[in-house]
Parts: sequence; structure tokens; C-alpha cells
Amino acid sequence: MVGYPETLTDPSYSGQILTLTYPLIGNYGVPDPSIKDHDGISKFFESEKIQVRGLVVHELSHTASHWNLSMTLDEWLYNEKIPGISGIDTRALTKKLRDTGVMMAALVVSDSEIDSNDIKKQLASAPHYNSEKFMNTVSTKQDEIFGTGEKTVVVIDTGVKNAILRNIINLGYKVVKLPWNTSFKKIMSYNPQGVIISNGPGDPQNCPDTVETAKKLIENNIPTLGICLGAQIIGLAGNTKTYKLKYGHRGQNKPCVNLDNDQIYVTSQNHGYGINPDSLKNSEFNLWFRNADDKTVEGIKHKTKNCIAVQFHPEASPGPYDCKFVFEELGHLMGEEKAA
Amino acid sequence: MKSTLINPNIATIQTDTRFADQVYLLPVTPEYVESVVEKERPDGIMLAYGGQTALNCGVKLEEAGILQKYGIKVLGTQIPGIQKTEDRQLFKDSMGQCGVPVLKSKTVRNFDDAKKTAEELGYPVIIRVAYTLGGRGGGVAYNEIELHEIVERGLKASIVGQVLIEEYIGHWKQIEYEVMQDYDGNNIIVCNMENVLAMKVHTGDNIVVAPSQTLDNHEYHMLRSAALRATKHVGIVGECNIQYALEPNSDRYVAIEINPRLSRSSALASKATGYPLAYMSAKIGLGYNLSELVNRITKSTTACFEPSLDYIVCKHPRWDFSKFELVNRKLGPTMKSVGEVMAVGRTFEESFQKSIRMLDIGNDGLVLNRANGKSFDDEELENKLSHPDDKVLYYVAAALKAGFSVERINNLSAIDPWFIEKIKNIVLLEEKITKEDLGKSLLFEAKKLGFSDKQIARAKNKNPDDIRKLRKEYGIVPSVKQIDTLAAEWPAVTNYLYLTYGGNSHDIVINPEEKGIVVLGAGPYRIGSSVEFDWGTVNMVWGLQENGEKNISVVNCNPETVSTDYDICTRLYFEELTQERILDITEFENPKGVITCVGGQTANNLTLGLSKHGINIMGTSAQDVDRAEDRSKFSAELDKLHIQQPRWQAFSNLTEAKNFAQEVGFPVIVRPSYVLSGAAMKVVWSQDELKTYVKEATDVSPDHPVVISKFMLNSLEVDVDGISNGQEVIIGAIVEHIDSAGVHSGDAMMCIPPWRLNNKTIETITEYTTKIATTFNVKGPFNLQFLVHDNHVYVIELNIRASRSMPFVSKLVKINLISLASKAILGIPLPKITKNKWQKIQNYGIKVPQFSFMQLDGADIALGVEMQSTGEAACFGSSFYDALSKGLTSVGYNLPQTGAALVTVGGSQNKEKLLQSIATLKNLGFKIFATEHTAEFFEEKIGEIEVVHKISEPQRKPNISDLLYERKIDFIINIPSTSTLEKYVGMLDDEYQIRRKSLELGVPVLTTIELADSFVKTLDWLKNNKPTIDPIEPYDPID
Repeated sequence: MVGYPETLTDPSYSGQILTLTYPLIGNYGVPDPSIKDHDGISKFFESEKIQVRGLVVHELSHTASHWNLSMTLDEWLYNEKIPGISGIDTRALTKKLRDTGVMMAALVVSDSEIDSNDIKKQLASAPHYNSEKFMNTVSTKQDEIFGTGEKTVVVIDTGVKNAILRNIINLGYKVVKLPWNTSFKKIMSYNPQGVIISNGPGDPQNCPDTVETAKKLIENNIPTLGICLGAQIIGLAGNTKTYKLKYGHRGQNKPCVNLDNDQIYVTSQNHGYGINPDSLKNSEFNLWFRNADDKTVEGIKHKTKNCIAVQFHPEASPGPYDCKFVFEELGHLMGEEKAA
Repeated sequence: MKSTLINPNIATIQTDTRFADQVYLLPVTPEYVESVVEKERPDGIMLAYGGQTALNCGVKLEEAGILQKYGIKVLGTQIPGIQKTEDRQLFKDSMGQCGVPVLKSKTVRNFDDAKKTAEELGYPVIIRVAYTLGGRGGGVAYNEIELHEIVERGLKASIVGQVLIEEYIGHWKQIEYEVMQDYDGNNIIVCNMENVLAMKVHTGDNIVVAPSQTLDNHEYHMLRSAALRATKHVGIVGECNIQYALEPNSDRYVAIEINPRLSRSSALASKATGYPLAYMSAKIGLGYNLSELVNRITKSTTACFEPSLDYIVCKHPRWDFSKFELVNRKLGPTMKSVGEVMAVGRTFEESFQKSIRMLDIGNDGLVLNRANGKSFDDEELENKLSHPDDKVLYYVAAALKAGFSVERINNLSAIDPWFIEKIKNIVLLEEKITKEDLGKSLLFEAKKLGFSDKQIARAKNKNPDDIRKLRKEYGIVPSVKQIDTLAAEWPAVTNYLYLTYGGNSHDIVINPEEKGIVVLGAGPYRIGSSVEFDWGTVNMVWGLQENGEKNISVVNCNPETVSTDYDICTRLYFEELTQERILDITEFENPKGVITCVGGQTANNLTLGLSKHGINIMGTSAQDVDRAEDRSKFSAELDKLHIQQPRWQAFSNLTEAKNFAQEVGFPVIVRPSYVLSGAAMKVVWSQDELKTYVKEATDVSPDHPVVISKFMLNSLEVDVDGISNGQEVIIGAIVEHIDSAGVHSGDAMMCIPPWRLNNKTIETITEYTTKIATTFNVKGPFNLQFLVHDNHVYVIELNIRASRSMPFVSKLVKINLISLASKAILGIPLPKITKNKWQKIQNYGIKVPQFSFMQLDGADIALGVEMQSTGEAACFGSSFYDALSKGLTSVGYNLPQTGAALVTVGGSQNKEKLLQSIATLKNLGFKIFATEHTAEFFEEKIGEIEVVHKISEPQRKPNISDLLYERKIDFIINIPSTSTLEKYVGMLDDEYQIRRKSLELGVPVLTTIELADSFVKTLDWLKNNKPTIDPIEPYDPID
């Protein structure tokens, strides 16, 4: 319904064809991608480009209406050379994904009859999503600094969304964004108050370097927050196991229970992998947030060290702002006074 | 847990005893509620479910200390929370405290201050005049000159010399959010909605889509967060609705109001999402936490979530302006619609065109209607676009055809360009199907944009059946989809369904072994068809289930009903009640048959067409229904039975009509023989009037003749509700109208048992009823209307379907007529019921109409042959006046024990008839004011009467207008001259002024002799008696 500019630029969707359940897409167009905020971060997008490999919708709005638009969704996709298809019964497709799980797919356009067997063969020989090494494409190549705060938070970029950077800057910190495989020593050279291991695409087991770094962060009791993929990486670093969900959690309306106070929060989620709940028992972590529907792990807290992680997206964008307090939690770990 | 319900609305399914342990048909006023509390001694009270009436009553109960006295807890939002949303100042303060902006405004007493304020706020500004009703004298000023004019006019009009200057936001987007919150402060948004006609038009009169379509992620979540903040701050427990205005050219917004209760919007949101707000809200009120509650659709996931929709819902209001003379059709800040429909589709165009068909106003969509092709000049279009009335979106289409740009239409109408673009798609497609060959892809495109076969047929000059055939040859059929709250992410176990052309597969399959029955509902509430048919539909479903039928499907499109609760039946189709759609559904379902007799006239009208398409109509056969509906066939049958009717004839030329009228004598009732809903009936008193009317009627439908019948003055009207299986006939009751014939049966007060009919007449009516029901092979419910004149019984009409008065009869007599009807329809023997059980009931039951004239700017309140009431109440009692006193209080009459009455009566006959009542009033100690002639008459007979002068002579004092404003009159008896029908001879403006003004000031006006008489006798009765407080009894069990 809302949030397609944010979703399409979310690096976590890298390598995926995205289908949207809401049937009318593109109504409010797309804002100007060149607009940056005063810290040099894209104002309306989560990264510098469209990250999905293809988009599937029921109805594409060919005209758009909004005070903040600079082009239609169609124009944007065209400019960025990302294929899309409309006129699809996306509800039927969703049910198929629900029943059989996420799958490899191809978008094929042709004037002549399409030979689906041939397409299936091509698809079988294409690189499989599970084995793709995303970090080389989504992670930053060099160290980047945003904001002017005196104190620093390092963000390990495993495909970070800009909203995470914006939230840290809002807390009053300078953000240092580092490549996914940056060493612990290099991180500490920036003298950070805390570290965030970001969201990102694919299987956490494909980021062994980051897992190693996370282990050291925990060992040294550096205040650390993991988000989404970052949460799984922290989980692996603290002796939990991860697994692939059948069709993942994707959407802006996922209820999670905060076990600290039994409050329920509506969260924005996008994860195909998760932390195995049973593996928490023999790990260094306690359960922090639980999905209210399927009881999966949505957040963990280290039993003794300053390390927390959430599977959902407290930075929103797209989605509800209800869990911004997670960043404040990191603030507390970094020694900020709790608000009264 | 035991529950007690207080609601005087007899016709709603709510007041069936099945829903609560005790049901009291009593007025929702602090006094009556206290009496019930005294008796039932409840632990808690819920205030959020009975609209503004219940909420206000609750606040008064608290203020009077009654809740404290009996130790009753308010379950849900507490009184201070309610006050923070209801009191304007408290609301503003609260919103300020939680960082939610509100609209800036200032009260001023002179132009200089007004100018300063307007400059501060920035033009345009809206000027609201303090203390004039209906917002008269206010306006929107775009510059200082306009401001000057409006402020000066407003200051004069205001009694207190004040006007309010407020930032004008008519062109802002109107957005609503539905919020749920529990005692622990967990809160969620269930739905958001966007109003197509922006802030200009009251949300009740707006065309509304869910979810919002033109907001981006930032705006959506900004308003969402504000809603959660605001509800937490004021302490909502359960459900509430927050309304915003959002600037279309920035992300600036203001909160307009919070409704701390279930509302029309929440009913819509419940149906739009599948999230049962009232149910969940009640559980929360009892103390459950949101996460403890389970999603009613998936039965596995939590209720603490925000539904995702994978369709677009379009709500369209239904107006009934044509029923009211002099009414202003313009839409604005006061709600004027009487009902609504909700359509579900997968494009805006599909939902929107479906919603138009659902209204049952004779239109097949936005374009290609029966009356098509009227063109307008630019000036007219500009005016129509900037001052919206009920046809505004048709004018958008007309403007597009006339070459207006989207931008120009947006500037004039404040409708977001996105919606205008969608309407343009419809207009362009109309052009395309008119011009091009109807190939497969074009036909499919038309269906995806919501065009009906009828519209397409009209474009191609073909029969709708040809289009249907062609469509099926191409394989173009709608898909059946589920509304499941989670956009297919989890499997749904309930079958809440809609049909769409935006899909290529069905969500469910029908097991051919489990053939079901399809029950058609009644569509939108409107004047003449309201909650009673919802009662009928639901009771029919239950009746069928109780008789062993397992698979019942309901088709209906009214979000305000219980029949569209998905847990009432096996499969709910939230769909159009059109022949095309019902055929789509029956082709998908392949049912045993379709029941059309409980959905009012809407469903009934489909009977013949469905039958012709091979659908098995369960109940009375289509041919027999047609014999009753077709006036000529009906008359012929009555002649055979030697049963009389008032003389009537059909005409297509004026001379014949004039001759007939001359022969039977004026007055006569005229009506078009082919009546689209809302087309006027009229009582005609002279040749001249007849001439005008016949011309008008033949202009409207030249192919259909006009029916003229003798209008019998001074006669009684009687309704009979019953059930038959073709052999046996069970009479529910004979119901007498208290008002004399000429007042529409829907507007008349009704009484069981009859109190003016003699035994002979009752016997005749009983005999006729039995004869007619068996002659027409009625299998199911029926309603007969009789006229009694000089002890002769005439038949007016037969309706072979459930009727408006059936819930009233069923509840009083304790026979559930629809349960019996379900047996008759299934061919199960009828149980033995005590003969004439209705005559053996100890209670009196009186049904009183509820009017909404206040909301209908300009409408006259004098009653006539057109039905005008929008609802009804009924109360039972041990005597006539016991029941009547409660009934009158229920519909808002204040029954004063002392005070003053104004009497203006036309014609000496009427004065004579009222003499006894006026004398009684005097005896009761009322001061009587009367206009000159009236005063003269009564003074002579009963002594001192105070003379007052007409509103049209303001210089003469004392004047009625002053007395009204000074609140020196408690009620008014205003009988229009010579007869109640005088207004059709030429309404006297002065009397109209009195009625309208008193209405706006909330002073009751009694416009018929019978009502005045009953009212006074009730006051007299109340002097020495107290109304009884008893719950109603359940229906007697039937085997």
C-alpha cells in the first residue's frame, strides 16, 4: 500500500523479485532521488538505487498524484533498468508462495509463445539465491562518515538502510559506516561508543567475517545492536543457530511482544532467515521479543554483556515508528541516561 | 456473564432476545436507564456501542451520580476520557499535550478583530456564526472584501454577536484512522480511510475508500503515530476513530476529532478489513489484553495486529432527497445520507462502479446509464464541481467529457487528481467500447474497470444477456476472493467473499455434495427499507439452519448490518444485489435455490429475472410474486375473490385521467406505474394539479402510464403480517395505524391490538387475508395493506415478502414469523399455533417513527403519502398510554408535565376535533398560545388563550419567533389547514416557517390530529401513572 520507494531501495531485497500484496501500486509516484539531507544521506530512499531484481504487481498506477513526486514508478523502474510486470493475480501468487515457500523465478517477456519448460531449465542453471554472495555488492567499499556528533557509532554495513543511519544521527551521534568484513581492530580505531550490525540480504552464514567481529564485540563488551541480518549474525556469534523460514516475514504489520514488559508492538519486518528458538537455551542470549503470531524469535538480549538485537526494523521506513525506542536502548547501553 | 440491553429500536436484530439475557425496549435516557439499573443491578455498563445517544446518556448518568450510587463500573473508555474528546476545549488542550496539532481558530466580536485573525491564519478562512442553527450565515472568505461581507452578516445573525474565524481546510484531504487500545496501553490501527470529496463534505456523506490511496509512507505513519499518541493520551479503552485533515500540498495536518465509541466509520472499517471492532472492543472493555484475543478469521493468529488489505473498498452513501420537498441537496458539513453501501474490488474503478450499482437507485455505474448523455455548459459544470451535491462524481465525468483538465477539476472540486484520473479511465473506456469492436481484451478491460453487462450492452445496443453469453464464450468470469485480514499470508477459515475481475483463480471451491441455499439481503438502508430487513435476513438464515440446512450463503452489501457479519452464515458474499452478480454467484455455487423474500423490495425485484434465467426461487414462485406486483393482474384476482379495492386505473393520456378523476372525485393518488425507487407518489386535489403532475410523470418515464386511484379521506389503514405455506395461513397480527390514511404506512404510528376496529371488520380482514394468501400460493412471509372506510374493507396492496412491521409483530406476539417462513419455504409442516394468538396478548405495542428532518436543511416536516421517516422505535406496555409514553420518549419527544403549548390549527373541522385535547391541556395547567383565528375559536369554548402573531409579521408582538427563541414554548400543535394534506394544495409558508424553526430549536411539533390527541392524552396519563419497566419476552419456541 505505502512504502514502495523505501522497499525497492532496501538492500535486504537484493537478489529478489518482489511481489506486493496490495493491488494498486505507484499511486503517489516516486520522490526525487537526488535530494539529500544535510548529512548527505538520501532523503527519501534507503540506498542509492533500486535493489530488487524485478517487481510484480496487480495494477501499476500510470499516473501519480503527490506534492512530493518527481516521476512515476514506471519511469523510475525504466530509468534504473529494473523490469516489472503488472496485471498479475498477486493474491494467487502470494498463496502459492505461502504454500510452497519462496522460490526461484524468472520474469519473461516475449511477443511469441513462451516455452515455460525452457525457462525452467534456464532457471535451474542460474545461480541460486541461497548461495549468492551479496556482501560484495551491497556493502560499502570504503569507510564513510555521516553527521557531526562528537561521539561515534560504527555501523557495520551488511546492506544497511539509510533510516538506520538517520536514527543514529538523531540520537546525536556521528555515524561511521564500514564494510561488512572490517576487522575488530579497525572498528575500535574509530573509538566508537557503540556498534550496529545492520540489516542485509541472504543467509547470515555467508558473513563469517562479520560473525567473528561480533564475537569480539561481545567479548569486549562493546555496546552492540544487531538489526535483522545483524541480529542473526550476533546470534551466531553467541552460539545460537539460524534457519531459513518457509516464506519469511515481510510487511509493516507484524505484532511482537516485548517480554520485558509484555507490551505488544507493531513492527516492520523483512527477513527470510531467523534464529532458532530452541537454540537459545544453550546460548549466551535471552529472548527479548517474540512474534505474537508464530512465536518466532524477534529479538534477543545478551545475558551478561551489552549486546542486544532485533529481528524487525526499528528504523521503520517503510513501516510504523513504534519501536524507535530500540535505538534508545542502544543509547542506554552506551551510557545515556534513561528518559524519565 | 449476564448482559442487559436497552434499545427501543424494535426492528433491529439486536433486540432479539437471542443476543442478550434481558432486552428492554426503552428510551435510552438517564431516567429510563436508571430504572433498569435499579431492577437489574449490573456490575458494569458499556457506553460505546449505542452511538452518540448512549455516550451522552452515560456522561449524564455519571454527572448525576447514578453510576456511583449503584456502584457501576464503566467498561471501556472512562468518563474523563470521553469528556476529553467530546468537549472542544478539553480536546484542544489534550491534543496540545501529546503533540498532535489542531485547527487554529478564534472567536471575534467585530470586523477589525476578524481581519486581524484572518491575516494571522492566512486566507481562505471559514466564518462560523455562533448560535445559529444549521450553520446559517457563515461562509468561506478568500479575501478581505468577502470577509467583510460575511462577518458583518454573521454578526447580525448571531444571537450573541460572535463569529468564529477558522482556517479554511475544505480542500484538505480527509483521513480517518480506527484505533484499538486495551487497558495496558497496547494499541493498534485497524484501518485507515480516505474521503474522495476531501474535507468539504461530511464523512457520512463522502465517498470513502479504504485503505487510503494518495498518502505516502511518511504521511501514513505520521498520522498513524499521532493517532496512537492521541488515544493513549486521552485514555481510550476499546475502539475509537480519529479524523484528520491533511494539507494536499505538504505534510501538514490537524486532528479534527476523536470519536470515543463505535461509529459508522468503525462499522465500515470492520467490514472493510474483516476485523470485528465492536466484538474485540467489548472483550477489551471486559479486561482482556489485545494479545490474548485471537483473529476471528484465521483463528490462529493474534488480534493484536494491523490488517493488511489486498483490495480496495469503496463506501458510497445513499441519499433520499427526492422524498423531501424543498430540501437542499448540497453536500457539506451536515450529514444528509440515510444509508450506505460498501463495494470491494481490485481496482478503484471496479469498486466505485460496483458501489453505484449497489445503491439501487437505477444507475448501472458512473456512465452508460439509462438516462445518459445530458450535456452541461462550462459554467454549470464549474458550479456543480465547486458546490458538490449527490451527483458530483457524475459531473466530474461530464466535465472530463467536456474537455476539462484533471487539474481544473481538482481546483474546482478539491478531489485528488488520482481519483479524477481513475474516473477518466472509466470515461475513456466508455468511449472505447462505444466505438470499437467488442473483442476479448476490450471486454475484459471493461469488466476490470467495473463495467456491468448492462452498461456494455447499452454501449453496443445489445441485450445484457448477449454480453453475458459473449463474455462466457471468451472465458471472462469473475474470481471469488476472500477477505482475510492478512492479504493471503495465512490461511483463512471463514468464508468472507467478494467477486472481482482482478484475478484469475478462485480462493475457495464449493463441494458439489454440499449444495447450499443463497439468501439475498436488502442492500443499503434507505427510507422505507431499513434494519427490519436485516432482522429478516438473519432470522431466515437461522431458521434454515435450525431446520437442518448446513450451507447458507448470504449476499448483501450494507456494511451497517448483522447479515453482513461473516460468522452468521456459511459463506458471505459482500456483493451487488443485481441480476448479473447473483447469476455469477449461483453459477459458482450451484445452489438448491435462492431466497428473495427477506431482502425487501430490492431482493424481491430480482425474483422474476432470476427465475427466467433458470434459478430456483425458494418460497412463493416468481409467477405468483409477479401476479401480486403487477397491478392489473392483482386487481383481476381480487375481482375474482369479490374483494374490493379503492378504484384505480392506468393512464397514458391526460384527458382520460381527468375524466377518471372527475368521476371518482378528488382527491386522488397518482403515481408512475413503473416506479424507480424514490419516484414520487402524490395526492392531487384539483384538475390543474393533475395536469402538472401527469406531465411531469410522463416526462420521467414516457413508456409507462400513470396510475390514479381514489384517495379515501377519513379512513383507517391496517397492516396484516403473516405466513403461509399455500394451504395454511398464520396471521402474525392485525396492526392498526393511529394516523389516518394518507400518512405513509412507514411514517404512521402503529398499534397492536387495534383499538378502533370492530369485531366484524377484524373478521372480514382475517377472512380476506386467508383467501388472498392461498389464492396467490404464498409460501413464506407476506404483508397485506387494507383501508377501512365506513366499515368497508378495501385491499390496497399485497407484498409477498417480509415487511417493515414484521419484527414489531413478531416481538410483541412472540411468534418469530421469519422462523415460520423458513419452514414454509423448505416445505416442512407448520407447527400448530394458537389461533389468533395476537388477540390474546396482554400487552399493548406501539411503534413510533423516527424522523431526521433536522439534518435535512429545508425539508418540511408535515407528513404525506411519501415516506419520510428514517427509523422507528416501539415500546410495549400494559396500557395504550404506557406504551405510547415510552415510544414518544424514545424518538425524542420530551413529555412535559407543565409549560406552554402553541396551537395553530387550520379549518374549523380540525379545530372541533382538537377541542377536547386543548381543554385537557388547559386542565393540566398548560399555558396555551394560539394564532388569532385559532385563539378565537378555543377561547370561546374553553376560556383564556394567549394570542400570538405569525412569524411573517415580525413587527406584531408577541411573536411566535421570539417565543421560540426564548424557549417559552414546550411543544407545538400545528395542523395544516383543512386536512393533513393541505401542503399539497399549496403549502402555507408561514406554517412551514413555524415547523422548520421549531425543529431547529428542538421544540416538538405535532402535525396530525391523531398525534396531537395521543400526545395530550399521554401527558394526562403520566400525571397519575408511571411507565412500566419490563424486559421483553423471547419468542415462543416452535417445534
